[in-house]
Amino acid sequence: MTTGNSIRTRHRRVVLIGLGNPSRRDDGIGPSLLTALDSELLRPVTLVTATRDPTVLLEAWANADLAVVVDAAVCRPPTPGRIHRYTTCFTSDARVVGNSHGFGISDAIRLATALNRAPRLLVVLAVEAADLSVGHGLSPPVAAAIPALTAAVLREIGASTRVSPRGQDPRSDWTECPGRTGSDRRILEY
Amino acid sequence: MTRQTRQLRVNSLARVEGEGALRVVIEDGAVQSAELHIYEPPRFFEAFLRGRQHTEPPDITSRICGICPVAYVTTACQAIEAACQVEITEDIAELRRLLYCGEWISSHALHMYFLHIPDFLGYPDVIELAGDHRAAVERGLRLKQAGNAILELVGGRAIHPVNPCLGGFHRATTSASLAELSRQLQQALDDALATVEFVATFDFPDRELDAILLAVHHADRYAIDSGEVRSSDGHNFSASEFANHSTEFQVPHSTALHAALDGRSYLTGPLARYTLNSGQLSPLAREAATAGGLGPTCRNPFRSIVIRAVETVYAIEEALRLIAEYRPPDPPAIPVAPRSGSGCGVTEAPRGLLYHRYQLDSDGMIRTAAIVPPTSQNLAVIERDLRDVVAANTSMDDAALTALCERTIRNYDPCISCSAHFLDLTVVRR
Repeated sequence: MTTGNSIRTRHRRVVLIGLGNPSRRDDGIGPSLLTALDSELLRPVTLVTATRDPTVLLEAWANADLAVVVDAAVCRPPTPGRIHRYTTCFTSDARVVGNSHGFGISDAIRLATALNRAPRLLVVLAVEAADLSVGHGLSPPVAAAIPALTAAVLREIGASTRVSPRGQDPRSDWTECPGRTGSDRRILEY
Repeated sequence: MTRQTRQLRVNSLARVEGEGALRVVIEDGAVQSAELHIYEPPRFFEAFLRGRQHTEPPDITSRICGICPVAYVTTACQAIEAACQVEITEDIAELRRLLYCGEWISSHALHMYFLHIPDFLGYPDVIELAGDHRAAVERGLRLKQAGNAILELVGGRAIHPVNPCLGGFHRATTSASLAELSRQLQQALDDALATVEFVATFDFPDRELDAILLAVHHADRYAIDSGEVRSSDGHNFSASEFANHSTEFQVPHSTALHAALDGRSYLTGPLARYTLNSGQLSPLAREAATAGGLGPTCRNPFRSIVIRAVETVYAIEEALRLIAEYRPPDPPAIPVAPRSGSGCGVTEAPRGLLYHRYQLDSDGMIRTAAIVPPTSQNLAVIERDLRDVVAANTSMDDAALTALCERTIRNYDPCISCSAHFLDLTVVRR
């Protein structure tokens, strides 16, 4: 839960999207985060929950200066709760690795680019999942990542903010990972 | 003479709902078999509905499909209400029909623009299509959003709606919010008419499907959410008689059951609906159909996309009518007291006829449940169509023939997740 007053963002239009299915435990980290955040305090940031249909993203982030998408990720070997940060700048012909099932976020990014609906800057904060089985509730390591994830989100949507998230500046602990033209991937270590 | 075997393999069919594979065997130029291998595991919905309370199937069966959950909710409600001898009010029925229109608009827009149109224009997917046909893809997205808007407003959310319940709705949608929606639907109607014009320009291979067609028929209107069952060979029967005519059976290569109508394979879906009920379309939809090159009947599976476009026009018009005449149901739901007995329901999911049957005890506990989705009913005809298409095109190289097979399957918009679930193609040439 955030504390303090409303935020100031350095971007003109910001959208925060929680992507995932809360009925598949850790896949629901995005919607869970949005539930935990206080939308009143986050004004004027637009909050969107996309539980199943990635095409919703096309509308949600159209014309945004900044879109922050919070999603779950599967990694091998896993470090549940670890936060990955990807950025994609749409000034180039950047593409993100495809999703393994159906029309995923990478397809949504490519289609948005083709339709000129992409946000100027997209940041994906992906939390490594421990449990994607059927059911509700986050696993302990993913639930424990929410404060750090909150801090990371708040840092993304406004360098200038009166909200005081718990935890330290996440950027101080970023681990650089190889990126590609027009996009960048880092891992946030806590 | 040396025997020649040819094998085509598609390990995962793209642009269909679900996962499955296709295996075609061609021996000395003759097609020996064309089998859709549905390898998604069986989902056991009918089994785990047993022992549940009669109020639960709408929510549980909604989870069978993320594309057509309203079909499952509506059909389950209809069947259980029949078992409990409860009649819903006209206002509730109309709100259900409006919700169902939203699903038709959203599902048809998704299939046409995201899955099917790339076939006709030679693109691998909608993303490549958008590069050259941006305005068209934008139109498809607007249509899908319009359908989703109905689903969200009336159903509570776009996928797996939470507002419908046995006997009606948890909460009646307000007239004011629907009036707001009608503005979006007016734009959607223009988009739907433009879609008919667009898809009508495509190049359609000649094909005439010789199969029994089966659809829900309503005396007064184009059947979506209610009616009786009608077939192209003269059958007319109620939902409660469905099981007397349609029999499901197992095939070794599929976790999805197949079905036969009095021993013969049959087809449900847009071709069946249009051929049996086109006279009940609205004047505007009929006019669009004629302009789109359709006569009063259509048996060419490649033209199913034109029918979907026409049905989208109809669903939007119907939604606008329902909104204009809307009376918030009061109460929003009729109490459905448990009663010993059985009940059946049939509705038209976007992909075809959907049947539910439940047997309840006096406490409302479900003793047996039977669900027959459209894709299961269509699989035998799809396989037969594939055999015919391959037989007519054995001179094609494997890549071209594989693409044609996938396209043939997509004509039917199969939902493998509903039928058990899809695609991986193997063609064996011997």
